[in-house]
Amino acid sequence: MAEQKTVATTGNSVVAEAFRQCAPDVVAAYPITPQTTIVEEFAKIVAQGRVHTEYVTVESEHSAMSACIGAAAAGARVMTATASQGLALMWEELYIASGMRLPIIMANTNRALSAPINIHCDHSDVMGARDSGWIILFAETAQEVYDNTIMAVPIGEDPEVLLPVMTCLDGFITTHSIDRVQLMDDDSVTAFVGDYEPQNALLDTDNPVSHGNFAGLGGPYFEFKKTQRLAIDCSKGVIERVGEAFSKLSGRPFGLIETDMMDDAEVAIVVLGSTAGNVRYVAKQMRAEGVKAGLVKIRCFRPFPVEEMVSALSDMKAVGVLDRADSFGAEGGPVFLETRSALYDLESRVPVVNYIYGLGGSDVRLDLIRTVYTDLSDIAAGSASLHGMQYLGAR
Amino acid sequence: MSKWDISKMNAWKAEQFPLRGVIPDAGNSRDYVTGGWRSERPVRDVETCTDCLLCWVFCPDTAVRVENEKLADDTFDLDHCKGCGVCANECPVEAITMVPEGCELPEVK
Repeated sequence: MAEQKTVATTGNSVVAEAFRQCAPDVVAAYPITPQTTIVEEFAKIVAQGRVHTEYVTVESEHSAMSACIGAAAAGARVMTATASQGLALMWEELYIASGMRLPIIMANTNRALSAPINIHCDHSDVMGARDSGWIILFAETAQEVYDNTIMAVPIGEDPEVLLPVMTCLDGFITTHSIDRVQLMDDDSVTAFVGDYEPQNALLDTDNPVSHGNFAGLGGPYFEFKKTQRLAIDCSKGVIERVGEAFSKLSGRPFGLIETDMMDDAEVAIVVLGSTAGNVRYVAKQMRAEGVKAGLVKIRCFRPFPVEEMVSALSDMKAVGVLDRADSFGAEGGPVFLETRSALYDLESRVPVVNYIYGLGGSDVRLDLIRTVYTDLSDIAAGSASLHGMQYLGAR
Repeated sequence: MSKWDISKMNAWKAEQFPLRGVIPDAGNSRDYVTGGWRSERPVRDVETCTDCLLCWVFCPDTAVRVENEKLADDTFDLDHCKGCGVCANECPVEAITMVPEGCELPEVK
């Protein structure tokens, strides 16, 4: 076990602290609400000489990710952070980072996308990047933010994986609220993340390589995409292995999904991020009232933990999926589509319904979550039929 | 270092390609024959040519061959010349003509 101290701090602050402990060679970032205090605090740590990082100030997120890609191709350990419009502006580089198999670590402080303009939490930013080939981890609390950030390094840098990792934390709710966090000692983190041994690095001048080559005109583009798919599939086992090792070090459990009160549950809510806290609270209330309520929190969204979801949900009488992003024009939100698809091959059908909630930071009140459990109970009892996707609490 | 052999690349499985899509050896661009894109080829009139080497200076594909500070007899590297015509355009004595490539083209009037 690592030596740990308990501090009261914010999600953003622990990202900066975890970055310092992981000692990236390069950080290139551009400030954007609600990520700003991450890069502010990290800039201060660099200015104080508490980390050896080359800190590159850039004029946009497009340039931030481009600089990260260049540095990572050169062989550096690279980290950055963004949110919302910033992530959207990185769009084309996200695919280049994963296609070039560069294990860049990025914190994304989930925030709604314009228009209308908004600075508060939802997941529409990261859901736009869900097919970009990045590993995507979600945190409920500042503690999980810290843990995910540190685990992201050995996950992304694993020689069988070599993929970028995005660690998501909910804008303002997790980024700015003061939370209780256990931080590990520097030596334990240093030993846990290890040294990065880059392969085919540009700055390995004894073994010159050229990056960014053309693979069209009948070239092997298709084969490269296949290796990318194999890598992210393989990352699942690596994430579990790293999670196990981290659990031993920290004393905190980690799974691709976290299940709560699921042993005898009949109705369950599936959720990502900070809202899991409210759902857990309401589930306990519902249990006191005789409803066998449970909760499945997805910690790793990419790769999507299909087997784990199936094993957690296959016996449910009704499942409600909460999506903090819409997939406009689709049958439901992204988490719903993935969850229901995962359950499709079961012999007996599990009813799954979808709720879009909390867009643009719209308040996720306990009574709204209660209506979801009530709906699910009615569906389970056969007194209500499956309904289509609903905007939870929208007027 | 051994030269990277890509002669059987079209039969390679996905996992046989180098990580990150790199070319893991220097100097391979010579093996990548790009002359097939050409629709016109340069022809040098040896009588008119003064060996000023401006064509060698201007060629964007380093496809003009020089030996002993004079243009080589086998002047143009047609494996890499893309037929852009810069050499013919820059030649101060009009010693280079671009002629249609590949097939007998019908005369255009």
